[in-house]
Amino acid sequence: MMLQVSRRQALALGAGALAAAAGLPTAALAKNDADEIVKAFTGGKEPGKGKVKLDLPEIAENGNTVPMTVSVESPMTEQSHVTDILIVADQNPRGGVVRFRLSPLSGVAEANTRIRLAETQNVLALAKMNDGSVFMDTKLVKVTIGGCGG
Amino acid sequence: MADVKPRIRLDKKDAKKGDVIEVKTLVSHVMESGQRRDAAGALVPRKIINKFTVALNGKPLFEADLEPAISANPYMQFKFKAQESGTLVFTWIDDDGTKITAEEKITVS
Repeated sequence: MMLQVSRRQALALGAGALAAAAGLPTAALAKNDADEIVKAFTGGKEPGKGKVKLDLPEIAENGNTVPMTVSVESPMTEQSHVTDILIVADQNPRGGVVRFRLSPLSGVAEANTRIRLAETQNVLALAKMNDGSVFMDTKLVKVTIGGCGG
Repeated sequence: MADVKPRIRLDKKDAKKGDVIEVKTLVSHVMESGQRRDAAGALVPRKIINKFTVALNGKPLFEADLEPAISANPYMQFKFKAQESGTLVFTWIDDDGTKITAEEKITVS
């Protein structure tokens, strides 16, 4: 007996395959060294939620220059301050984007720059406090025209 | 690259102690990522500014390690709390070791 596949089933199968092929961006599926960079930064600890705020456009028309702002809630005193802010992109040719180093002298934990994004992907911002705790924020950016010289 | 003149803007140069000063900087640089190919198909070698530092009176205030994922003509904006008068020294370091530097004076009352 022949295996009957209805039109509906075929469509559902097709859609599933497409979704899989598109590689829905999740942190677990980073195609570059993003995971290792994050692990090296956190020391294997699970980053906490909150405190870090990553501002990126939802849709970036030009991946060559995407404005990005990152800020961290912190009193920025000798007792409690942000030491490092790491920005990682999980679908760029290389994961690392930028790492800011701050000190209590900074007074305010906020930085803004323009980054390149090769394609639609998650951007991660991790902030390390002077007590060693790490906080994270992520943002999915849809990129219309990729950067990094495609 | 010694002739490069970076652009720096401080939202105020005379500040009261505790005021937040916003600094915007822009420097001309190709930031060649090392991923791009030229017309002949050969990889264009990487040439980026990999480090940006700001020091106030010799003490590090703000630093950034740049990767090829930073756009051409890197723009950096940050804030700091005015604590003391002095000279801000901005340094951009290229892959080949060339440095671009600039200075700004601030007065804190």
